[in-house]
Amino acid sequence: MGNAILIAARELRGFFRSPLGFVIAAAVLLVDGLLYYAVALGGQARLSAEVLRDFFYFTSGTTMVAAILLSMRLFAEERQTGTFTLLNTAPVRDGEIVAGKFLSGFALVAGLTALTIYMPLLIFVHGRVSIGHILVGYLGLLFLGAASVAIGLFGSVLAKSQVVAAILGAAILVVLLVLWMVARETDPPLQAYLTGLALHNARFRPFMLGQLELEHCVYYTAVTYFFLLASTKTLEARRWR
Amino acid sequence: MIEVKNLFKYYGERKAVGPLSFSITPGEIVGLLGLNGAGKTTALRVLACDLLPSSGTVAVDGVDVVDRPDEVRRRVGYLPDRPPLYDEMTVHEYLVFAARLRGISRGDAGKAVGDVEKATQLDKVARDPINSLSHGYRQRVGIAQALVHKPQLLLLDEPILGLDPVQIVEMRHLLRSLHGQFTIVLSSHILSEISETCDRILVIRDGQIVASGTEAELSERLLRGVRIEVTFSGSLSKARTAIGNVEGVKGIEETAASEPGKDVHAVRVEAESDARPEIVKALVQAGMSVLALTRGERELESIFIRLAGDQAKPSNNPESSGDSSSSKEA
Repeated sequence: MGNAILIAARELRGFFRSPLGFVIAAAVLLVDGLLYYAVALGGQARLSAEVLRDFFYFTSGTTMVAAILLSMRLFAEERQTGTFTLLNTAPVRDGEIVAGKFLSGFALVAGLTALTIYMPLLIFVHGRVSIGHILVGYLGLLFLGAASVAIGLFGSVLAKSQVVAAILGAAILVVLLVLWMVARETDPPLQAYLTGLALHNARFRPFMLGQLELEHCVYYTAVTYFFLLASTKTLEARRWR
Repeated sequence: MIEVKNLFKYYGERKAVGPLSFSITPGEIVGLLGLNGAGKTTALRVLACDLLPSSGTVAVDGVDVVDRPDEVRRRVGYLPDRPPLYDEMTVHEYLVFAARLRGISRGDAGKAVGDVEKATQLDKVARDPINSLSHGYRQRVGIAQALVHKPQLLLLDEPILGLDPVQIVEMRHLLRSLHGQFTIVLSSHILSEISETCDRILVIRDGQIVASGTEAELSERLLRGVRIEVTFSGSLSKARTAIGNVEGVKGIEETAASEPGKDVHAVRVEAESDARPEIVKALVQAGMSVLALTRGERELESIFIRLAGDQAKPSNNPESSGDSSSSKEA
């Protein structure tokens, strides 16, 4: 674990010294703010809980986009610049490298998510929502962010170019997002299976509504673990290639 | 220190290395000499556990690279042909990171980095960001990261690639200063560097060792003797007779004299062994003034062209490959 934290710390230091990271963070927060103003606060008077639900809905989208953009560089950049050799020839297990990279990406997404807290807090100016609803919604964003970072990281392991890594990560993410639509066109038991696999629809909705359900927490943890494991196995296999 | 037996490495269907067998004893500086694409980098990457072999066994200090790669990595410092540097970090930060990654504790990392900065003369630029360094300094940082955990084996892939002449001399001094402290394997296609720095040369071609030995041994074996350049003033015909009478001299060929002057001549003598003292004696006795006498500077080049170029045919038996190659070439 020490090596993973060491790698994560270096990644974070690198991120804060690069303009790209700040540009991505600023762009995501700007889009979040605009959407909040236009979607959540716009139109007719609504219930505070509805405003909060809408906030979590579009923030889940920007979180996924941010996760893909922030994780695309994790491995692809290192392979592009040749620095991955340093990690690959150090007495560090592939799983620790993947864990370190994931931790850094997740810390960034979590930090970015935390910076949106002013938006739900604004609801208290003219309304009232449950703190529990806010906490559960943010927990859902963190779960979704973790799964998205793991997917983006897997794309980054597969590709040498950051752009290709982002496209691969986004493609996997979109496939997982639209599975529920595919499920509608299929018959049971496949329908239930595909619905259960979909990343957002049935899985994130309870979090948006402030409902904490264990099965969805387990689902996001499993997706995260699956893509981290796939990344680790890809790295291991590459040594034999 | 290193025991490689029948190593093969394939990239997909393409064979990059194999069959490759050699051994290296502790403290040696060994040069892997070969053309681009000969398999030098792949061989080093397998030794550094960056890649795993397709077949065969590779052991570093008795530890197998497949069974216990992490143990091997602890014993190895590796500088790839492009130093793995994080440009946004300072030299010191980077070396501390490399040290910690190699298992040195936070407390000990500062001292280890200080020592290696001193050894590689990086102390003056330790606080500078890596992206502000010259190519020579970047290469030094690359070597420093490979040395920082005091490995038993140092693997350097083209360490002088892209350096200017001054930097090459500095790098040569640095490598010489490491002699005896580490077992070093360095790859290069720059003949003079290998000749200057290494105790032994492994010539690699098409992923196989085609010869191994010191430059003198390879010369004896492959060029059938020694070439000696002599510049003298006096009668050329008398000199030819005098040198021709020296035991072991096989041939004399006139070359362009590098020095101006009346009656100044230069000849290249081909002898079975290093007969420089006898040649000087014979010339002086014949009344000649010897102006210069050197062993053939381009000897390694001739060996290299014979072994790594198209004329050479790799043998499947590396232990006898040098001899077999020489007999084929003779």
